[in-house]
Amino acid sequence: MIDYEKCLENPPYSLGKEEKEAFLTKYLLELTKHHKESCRPYEKILEAENVNLNNVCSYEELPFLPVRMFKDMELRSIEEEEIKKTITSSGTTGQQVSRIYLDQKTSMLQTKTLTKIVGDFLGNKRLPMLILDSSAVLKDRKMFSARGAGILGFSIFGRDKMYALNENMELDLEGLQMFLEKHKGEKIFLFGFTFMIWQYFCSELERTGFHPDLSKGVLIHGGGWKKLDSFHISSKAFKEKLRQVCGISEVYDYYGMAEQTGTIYMECEYGHLHASIFSDILIRRPGDFSLASIGEEGLIETVSVLPWSYPGHLLLTEDEGVILGEDDCPCKRKGKYFKVKGRIRNAELRGCSDTYAEGI
Amino acid sequence: MQNSGGAVILMQKEYDDIRFYYPETCCFEEMAELPALDIFDEGVCSFLDKLSDLIRHDKECRNYPDVLTFGFFCRRAHIEQLKKNYSEKNRLGRGLTFHIAPSNVAINFAYSMAAALLAGNPCAVRVSEKDFAQTHMIGRLLREASKETKNQERDIGRYIALFTYGKKREITDHLSKLCAVRVIWGGDQTIGEIRKSPLRPRSSEITFADRYSLCVLGARTVLAEKRMDRLAGDFYNDTYLFDQNACSSPRLIYWIGEADEIKAAKERFWSAVSDFLKDKYQVGPKVAVDKLMTEYKAAAVIPGIKFERKSANLINRMELMELVPEIAGFTCPGGSFFEYGDVNFNALRSVVTEKFQTLSYYGADKEELISFIKTNGISGIDRVVPVGHTADFSLIWDGYDLIRTMSRIVDGFGQY
Repeated sequence: MIDYEKCLENPPYSLGKEEKEAFLTKYLLELTKHHKESCRPYEKILEAENVNLNNVCSYEELPFLPVRMFKDMELRSIEEEEIKKTITSSGTTGQQVSRIYLDQKTSMLQTKTLTKIVGDFLGNKRLPMLILDSSAVLKDRKMFSARGAGILGFSIFGRDKMYALNENMELDLEGLQMFLEKHKGEKIFLFGFTFMIWQYFCSELERTGFHPDLSKGVLIHGGGWKKLDSFHISSKAFKEKLRQVCGISEVYDYYGMAEQTGTIYMECEYGHLHASIFSDILIRRPGDFSLASIGEEGLIETVSVLPWSYPGHLLLTEDEGVILGEDDCPCKRKGKYFKVKGRIRNAELRGCSDTYAEGI
Repeated sequence: MQNSGGAVILMQKEYDDIRFYYPETCCFEEMAELPALDIFDEGVCSFLDKLSDLIRHDKECRNYPDVLTFGFFCRRAHIEQLKKNYSEKNRLGRGLTFHIAPSNVAINFAYSMAAALLAGNPCAVRVSEKDFAQTHMIGRLLREASKETKNQERDIGRYIALFTYGKKREITDHLSKLCAVRVIWGGDQTIGEIRKSPLRPRSSEITFADRYSLCVLGARTVLAEKRMDRLAGDFYNDTYLFDQNACSSPRLIYWIGEADEIKAAKERFWSAVSDFLKDKYQVGPKVAVDKLMTEYKAAAVIPGIKFERKSANLINRMELMELVPEIAGFTCPGGSFFEYGDVNFNALRSVVTEKFQTLSYYGADKEELISFIKTNGISGIDRVVPVGHTADFSLIWDGYDLIRTMSRIVDGFGQY
């Protein structure tokens, strides 16, 4: 049994390269053994891969599952009656959704870990919270969307919460004014998803000409850049627009997989995404999945010590990224810092396949 | 669409959505009225020979082996050869044929067109929306051939239209109503989409659905082969040349021999293939992830799979302890293979379904394979061809005799 209490005692950015590798190897090897015992399909995959867990020296050698597996297969390491909630995520392209099964323990670990990571940026005091989304997202409590899970997860940092959008995704200008009046002069925590913020918050403030003063606010946003990339809106342009419409200057993006909720990768004040000690980023070369060097682009593998109820501790994403450095970011946080380049593109294949059918 | 005098005609707007490669524009209704011809009509044969001549002497075509191969297919000597299998005198075309060519193989449409012409029919060919250079070349040479053969007895140039259009259901509806035979290349999904457009009651259809193909390799012959590079090249032509995405590309490698021979032969074969691929083929990130996922999904379902990782992400091999029907559900383009070894073909009986198309062989006896399929009454496998020839076009394709399917017989019996 993994001693998570002890694991989570460590401050999130406290370990240097070697210590961290030993720390992660210990926990991830144990997790791999646990899933091998508890999840039959996972065990069969390890057998086919011919892995001998007794010979593994580093977590970097452990097999990783393509994250899309969770869309096509039911993968869990707990009994059905232990499922506390199921997180769904459309994540990668396509109609099917990922299904992540959480038990009480994993769910609690996710919350605790998120608190530790985000606490490093927000402090430990709860702040008045403005959610840049609609309350409608949380309607169905049993079937969580990743968006709902994100909002709930981050709500632990807030008090006196207010949703900036009504159920029709319209900006609640009146409510917003009242909220700001009430918390005048206070530091405010804002949270939302990158595309939603752009589409329903920034654009509306610009259209209405209502420019609230949020210069004392801290915004944390996530969910990825896929949609904004398609509009050619950069992270810089996003931040600039926010400063223009509401004067906010402290804006942190985060990267994370719904399949590894809790261990998110926060952006620091230098614009770098950071891996905490509870998780890591590995960049793999597409040709042979070997590890890329610092500065070399490749496929992102995300590693997390949290997934206990499902075998999602080592995941090969469909994102490309690059490690910028390790232990030496000017923000003083230890661990790897990196950049996400975006989703891998669909391959153009030859052969008599079915691309014609995409709509006629 | 408008109804005028009983005949449905396309409105001008819809014609605007059609991009023509040959001729500049055309009236499909007029094409549908053209008289059907005898199979292997002399006019058609001369026209194809003319086209062949133009292709083989064209500077631009020289750089396109697929176009050249088609040029050789069309030459008179070869057509005469093909004609020998069709001695019946009273066969003629059915009328307008409407072809939906695959989106990812540039030259395939040309064979579909040639077969329909040889069967005596006018052909309206919807080519890929991707603007292939090959389509332009054929279009240009069709114009030339048409100019030069215009004054002959039959103006065969009028029997052909090459064009493409986007997501316009109306156009598909219209041509489907107009045609006597519809030919759908592509896969299950495309067929499903196109079938939403009804045919006339007497019209028929040829569909090339998603298929599964396999390769039989004799271990002993592989071990004795001196030119492994040539065998590897032939195998490449069946697989990686089309990203292993053609329906005739093998996905299962069935080894014949004793266990130790097979082990050694595998080593020899795959290292030759790997050497051959090194400078020729690259696996992109998407394909690499897809292949890994296919393997993991297969391993979770099929018992006793072992992955062979010697060629990194270039060649993904899954070794099977036993042959099970589930393998057909785990296909992935870009070099993903199941492997099974045995002393005879018997295990094939339990896996081959009507989905199986091409069996390519090396170091095995063709007659023995065909007789195995026949004596066991196996429901699939339409073609048995040597390794390296899975993509060779023939007038019998996917179990259809294209000439006979696209033509009809005038039955004259008895005497008054």
